[in-house]
Amino acid sequence: MWRVGTVIALHDETATARTITLDVPDWPRHVAGQHVDVRLTASDGYSAVRSYSIASAPNSERRVELTVERLPNGEVSPYLTQEVAVNDRLELRGPIGGWFVWRTQQTEPIQLIAGGSGIVPLMAMIRSRASAVSTAPFRLLYSVREPRAVFYRDELQALLPHDNSVSVSYAYTRTAPKDWPRPPGRIDAALIADATWPSKLVPTCYVCGPTSFVESATCLLTASGNSPDKVRTERFGPTGDRQ
Amino acid sequence: MGITSRGFPGRRSAADAKLPPGQYLTTDFPVLSAGPTPHVSLDQWEFTINEGTDVLRRWDWKSFRDLPTETFATDLHCVTRWSKLGTSWEGVSLDTMFADVKTDAPYALVHSYGDYTTNLPMDDLMNKQAWIGFRFDDEDLEPEHGGPARLLVPHLYLWKSAKWVRGITLMHEDEPGFWESLGYHNYGDPWREQRYSGDE
Repeated sequence: MWRVGTVIALHDETATARTITLDVPDWPRHVAGQHVDVRLTASDGYSAVRSYSIASAPNSERRVELTVERLPNGEVSPYLTQEVAVNDRLELRGPIGGWFVWRTQQTEPIQLIAGGSGIVPLMAMIRSRASAVSTAPFRLLYSVREPRAVFYRDELQALLPHDNSVSVSYAYTRTAPKDWPRPPGRIDAALIADATWPSKLVPTCYVCGPTSFVESATCLLTASGNSPDKVRTERFGPTGDRQ
Repeated sequence: MGITSRGFPGRRSAADAKLPPGQYLTTDFPVLSAGPTPHVSLDQWEFTINEGTDVLRRWDWKSFRDLPTETFATDLHCVTRWSKLGTSWEGVSLDTMFADVKTDAPYALVHSYGDYTTNLPMDDLMNKQAWIGFRFDDEDLEPEHGGPARLLVPHLYLWKSAKWVRGITLMHEDEPGFWESLGYHNYGDPWREQRYSGDE
């Protein structure tokens, strides 16, 4: 069942990532963390489909926001980040997925850990929390290459003064801002100890990012006492250790 | 045919003809798992075939590795739309593992370390269609790809090929597994594009 959405806004998050806002008249309510399949069709009928996480909170306006990172050799993402224009129509299937989701009834502490564009479904959870006026305590640990690779920068920055039960920590892997206390590097045990909920609070953890990032972050979470059944993951991209 | 995407050329490849509908070719081996990768040591590994509360067969790693193995090449099709062609494996055929098992149960629920489950008809596990694989590309199977050993049922979408397998329970009634309870198709034939529940 393919739905048709009309592009109503475009916004560049970074030099390589774009948020596409779609108006989808027959959209059912989604749950934060779910994704959609997007289908592009060439004039001869050839089509290509890829999955993208939904960035927006569930809403009654039947709007769906997707944030797409352009992959260097991608087939669909270059089109979505460079060619698509307002008023274009896109075919969507979804919402899809019932595991990597945060439901507004959840009240336990939530630990979000994002690597790069893995922030997208986690942002939907943060937005869903706000729109549902949930008081569930959230922490986000967001690992990025460099400051200019941060998605949703202003919105994340604006969270703190409003709501001290959402905290955001950044980890920079290649270039940190001037005077940043931690040298650039991957997430390690010390950062997990500083920036995530103590495991004794039994947080539900959502980890999304490239495969190697998710593997190391989940190992650190379980090593620091989080039960594997409280850690939900979404991985993307190649494994890195094989061609 | 859907609505045409203005200015979308598409990227066709010679391999497209060998791919099920809606799939694209990858040369990577992407990883998709619902949670942390379990790290199972070989001296604790075991595999059982159960029916009800009865354990019909049990292997530890050594007795499992004493079983005759097969090398085979197969195509893998993931519901997230990538396909990888001609992957090479070594494993034990489920025909070998079920050789002395007498059952008329028509369904199987496959269990993994890390509590993953998936359900299949027994007919899809027998007759040279399924293996417990432990080597990939001439190397021991890595944990993130399901090592020490994973099920391979390559004629179905890859979520049916449970990683980190620890046993099979024979069932008289079909019972949905993990993804089958979360919106994915109960059977998952890639050539009929049975991705999500509700697909024909």
